[in-house]
Amino acid sequence: MATLIEATGISKVYHKTTVPVHAVNNMDLTIEEGEFTAIVGPSGCGKTTLLNILGGLDYPSSGKVEIAGVDITDMKDRDLIDFRLSNIGFVFQAYNLIPVLTAVENVEFIMLLQKKGKKEREVRARELLIQMSMGDKLDSRPGELAGGQQQRVAVARALASKPRFILADEPTANLDSASTENLLNLMSQINTEQHTTFVFSTHDQRVMDKAKRLVTLQDGAIISDTRR
Amino acid sequence: MFFTLAWRNTWRNKRRSLITVLSITFAVLLACVMRSLQIGSYERMIDNSVRFYTGYIQIHKNGYWDDKVIDNSFKYDTSLQRTVTTMHGVKLDVPRLESFALTSFRSQTKGAMVMGVDPQRENKLTNVKEKIVRGRFLQEDDEGILLGEGLAGYLKVQIGDTVTLLSQGFHGANAAGLFAVRGIIRFALPQQNNQLIYMSLPRAQWFYAAPELITSIALLIDKPAHTTRIVSLLKSKTDSNQIEIMGWRDLVPELVQSIELDNLSGKVMLWVLYLVIGFGMFGTFLMMAAERQYEFGVMLAVGMRRIRLQAVVFLEISLMTVLGVLLGITVSLPILTYFYYNPIRYDEEAAKAIESFGVEAIYPFSLDPVIFTNQAYAIFIMAIVLSAYPIWTIYKMKVVESMRP
Repeated sequence: MATLIEATGISKVYHKTTVPVHAVNNMDLTIEEGEFTAIVGPSGCGKTTLLNILGGLDYPSSGKVEIAGVDITDMKDRDLIDFRLSNIGFVFQAYNLIPVLTAVENVEFIMLLQKKGKKEREVRARELLIQMSMGDKLDSRPGELAGGQQQRVAVARALASKPRFILADEPTANLDSASTENLLNLMSQINTEQHTTFVFSTHDQRVMDKAKRLVTLQDGAIISDTRR
Repeated sequence: MFFTLAWRNTWRNKRRSLITVLSITFAVLLACVMRSLQIGSYERMIDNSVRFYTGYIQIHKNGYWDDKVIDNSFKYDTSLQRTVTTMHGVKLDVPRLESFALTSFRSQTKGAMVMGVDPQRENKLTNVKEKIVRGRFLQEDDEGILLGEGLAGYLKVQIGDTVTLLSQGFHGANAAGLFAVRGIIRFALPQQNNQLIYMSLPRAQWFYAAPELITSIALLIDKPAHTTRIVSLLKSKTDSNQIEIMGWRDLVPELVQSIELDNLSGKVMLWVLYLVIGFGMFGTFLMMAAERQYEFGVMLAVGMRRIRLQAVVFLEISLMTVLGVLLGITVSLPILTYFYYNPIRYDEEAAKAIESFGVEAIYPFSLDPVIFTNQAYAIFIMAIVLSAYPIWTIYKMKVVESMRP
């Protein structure tokens, strides 16, 4: 498998208090294509910070992140936004769908940003939502959907841009057991069938059980990295 | 879809958007009414002074305006006549011979302003025929006169009575004559009502011993806005040593100054109104930016360029503004149209007091399109300025910080 993400010596230091906080501390991490990786650890261990840096949402204080051989740490804001749009799908804990758009419009929206044609957008958005078992909720707005359904739309949205990998920050934190199971099965299936790379941050045991690789953090450093 | 997004976002918080739209509507309505009333008054004042008296352009012998005596009269020769009448934009030339005379009937005597006019042409310019309240209008070489109602009342004359006029004619000649009263005219302006006498131009030239001479040519033009252009063209085609040509702004400078001063005070009132409404709009835009930080962050995270996000937010602001302005104009238009055709009249006591200042005792409204377009521009400019805040917020936004719960 080819290397997709390569983080070398990355650190993130916050200076919001008198004592600097090292959220991520001189970390090296490599993610291969097609991996289904869970980054785990207790609250405050640096999971979300790491994900933000890997996803180009935040710059590391030091170190370098390369995605498919492209160094994103030196990219300007606008280039980074374009890079995220083409390469990374995001699934957030709070779903974060656009509340005024329907399910299908939310999925289409990403493709609109990619300047895809109307027909192509519509077809792909419908396909993805049907794949997520949301075919009967295409025209529902997020407010009309249950948490699990919203998260499935969010996964469809993340997949819509055909990204190189999907970053999911605590995707199951607000879901009940059935929805969690359902969502994890879907993502696992996509990973297996389409070889889409997933990187989760989680402290949900059910996600950890599904993951093929577990990276455990503590105090901003990797304390274990196991593949199954 | 960006438009759909902006439109739906606008109505996410219906109550707030509605309050914002209605506050803009109210501002536009109030501003339109204020300006319509103000501009309507100016138009009426200008009409009374210019359209119904001086004309938009006047031609005199050089020096007449500073020394209005009959000795400064001139001959309206065919060459000048051709220059004037062939000028593009000039609809009518109205020659006049103006001077003063003592008017007497039985034991009453009063100073009066005498206007020798071509009755038909004068009527086309000033609609004087419509102002006749008793008697009849003058004929081409009528030997009788028309009197202002105030003057006729003072002299206690009736139609058919003969009044005596006494004055000084051209180059010091004695001017005296008996004139039958053909009609009584009611002018809106008391100064005119109390002192004006109309007689036919040939009769006035006979009375003042000034055959073929006139003191001014008043011009009726197609559009008042063309005054400056026509004046400069006429000046370029005439001898400025012999002839002076003046636009209405030079003919009634006091009126222009008083209008400009009043207009300024009206604008200050408008700015205060806009300021109040502006704060209301700013409150909405402030909340719009503050409560959607997380959402904006997510949109930037998933790959929406800042400029696009800024454009969507600007579109939302523009939609609210356009709605408010259109609604404001839609509400204003029928109200102003009604008052344009049915101006508010002062009550009788106030009317007398106001007319004594030479002003017609009505609140005239204007339907000049500028009234509406200016309010629209003002609100749009305000919206653009105020939208700088949410646009700046998006520009400075740090994705991770804005998405922090």
